[in-house]
Amino acid sequence: MIARLTAGVSRRAAVALALLSAALLIAPWVVNDYLLTILILILYFAYTGQAWNIMMGFAGQLSLGHALYIGLGGYVAATLFTRFGVAPWLGLLAAMPVAALCGAIVGYLAFRFGVTGVYFAILTIAFAEFARIGFDHWDFVNATSGLFLPVKQYTHNDLWRLRGDPTMFYYVILAATAAALLLCQLLIRSRTGYFWRAIREDERAARAVGVDAFRYKMIAVMVSAAVTAFAGVFYAFFYNNLFPEQVFSLPRSIEIILGPVIGGIGTLFGPILGAFVLTGLAETLNSALTAFGVDLPGVTQVFYGLCLLIVIAALPDGVWPPLARRLGLSEDKK
Amino acid sequence: MTALLSVETLSKRFRGLTAVDRVSFAVPAGAIFAVIGPNGAGKTTLFNMIAGALKPDGGTIEFAGRRLDGLPADAVCRRGVARTFQLMRPFPALSVEDNVTVGALLHRHDVEAARARAQTLLLRLDLFDKRHRIATTLTLPDRKRLEVARALATEPRLLLLDEVMAGLRPTETDRMVAILQALNRDGLTILLIEHVMRAVMALASHVLVLDHGTAIAEGAPERVVRDPAVVQSYLGAEPM
Repeated sequence: MIARLTAGVSRRAAVALALLSAALLIAPWVVNDYLLTILILILYFAYTGQAWNIMMGFAGQLSLGHALYIGLGGYVAATLFTRFGVAPWLGLLAAMPVAALCGAIVGYLAFRFGVTGVYFAILTIAFAEFARIGFDHWDFVNATSGLFLPVKQYTHNDLWRLRGDPTMFYYVILAATAAALLLCQLLIRSRTGYFWRAIREDERAARAVGVDAFRYKMIAVMVSAAVTAFAGVFYAFFYNNLFPEQVFSLPRSIEIILGPVIGGIGTLFGPILGAFVLTGLAETLNSALTAFGVDLPGVTQVFYGLCLLIVIAALPDGVWPPLARRLGLSEDKK
Repeated sequence: MTALLSVETLSKRFRGLTAVDRVSFAVPAGAIFAVIGPNGAGKTTLFNMIAGALKPDGGTIEFAGRRLDGLPADAVCRRGVARTFQLMRPFPALSVEDNVTVGALLHRHDVEAARARAQTLLLRLDLFDKRHRIATTLTLPDRKRLEVARALATEPRLLLLDEVMAGLRPTETDRMVAILQALNRDGLTILLIEHVMRAVMALASHVLVLDHGTAIAEGAPERVVRDPAVVQSYLGAEPM
């Protein structure tokens, strides 16, 4: 287990990772509140990108509806908290199985009936849309009026109930991102990880060597959904409000995949790098425009589009693989 | 000798075309059994039905005393029947070693044990030195042997080879023949579809000839190649 955690990590990469971890650990003491919020956003996208990457990068199943699992995670934990006073960490124990179950339903319908590729992606969008419309009309969760978590001035950080200042949230999402990275490192080097990559590369050939493709694709969807659900819980308790129109919307799903696409699908560090590059640059652009007094609605989206175009044209494997080679930090071939 | 694989009146139709028409044969344990015939004779269809890639329309396939027909490809492999693809299908972005490790993981849960098994097989198939190469960078003969290595990694009792000699030069063909003979000596039963008569004559203990979906001859290779029906439909006037 320990050996697998460090397998394929060169000394140089370990040092680089340690330096990055140290920098991120001390960041709240160094940066101002605005930058801290940006860092939280970056880590949030690093985390969700990592979760999405399990399905697409490892097992080759394109989901364009991961907002479904964000929304479900958020709604389950927030409802349990506001209605029954259940702490978010216990809520997470309910949110993850709920998301995994929904992932299993989407997966079962698709994989049992041979829905693959683009059609599978469309199915994932459809389910996120079903959820959006369903929650819009569900009074128990306040339908379109949205679900709000009680906010007041907290004298101290309550980690158990996730009530506190941004610094606490920063450390929570940092720990979660680190945990997701470790989980992915373990998964990709496991037996399941080998079978996922075989399915991703050539499903028919994978089945010819005895891989039960249905079973392993189901595992990928369920793990990815469950991991994603935590991001939903975090979202709900960080922003203190949930609207179906927002959490389940297609742009939410697209945001999740931008990081890994830019960073490098199927790599371990790509989603993290992608989140830093994309969110970092977009926020820099935003503040620059604000500083010059320019107000251009939608400029972030246009910027994302440009980034995607450039990366897909120039670096189809993402930014991380060539960068890693140049820095001598290459991951083993996945 | 008992039959490891027995095929009874197996049929497959594609719309109006009967690709395989009530074909029956038995592969004894320990044999090297070749299926030959002209293009379009139904060899690959027959092969794909045994491998679970196609469902038969009629007839039965029995392997080691249990029905195999109708099972999906992965279940067929788990029963102990491994295949290669005529148009090779390595896992493209994976290394040669990882390609074979995937196969070795079928009956092993420990990745390191599977990797060790993969390395043993790569040594045997002369691919050990190329084990860190990405599968798609291999030459055609190497990729052919990679197909065999990956299939062997699943520890089959029966190995199905789909034109594994096609496109090989004579020296490479002889190398593959030697490898397959050695595997057979260790107890592996082999069923191959083959066009390269040089390999068939060197390897096969039994030959089945298909033409237009039906079996027109079966028996020892020396006898089959002199069969007038076989000469007319497949081998032509070419001297053997």
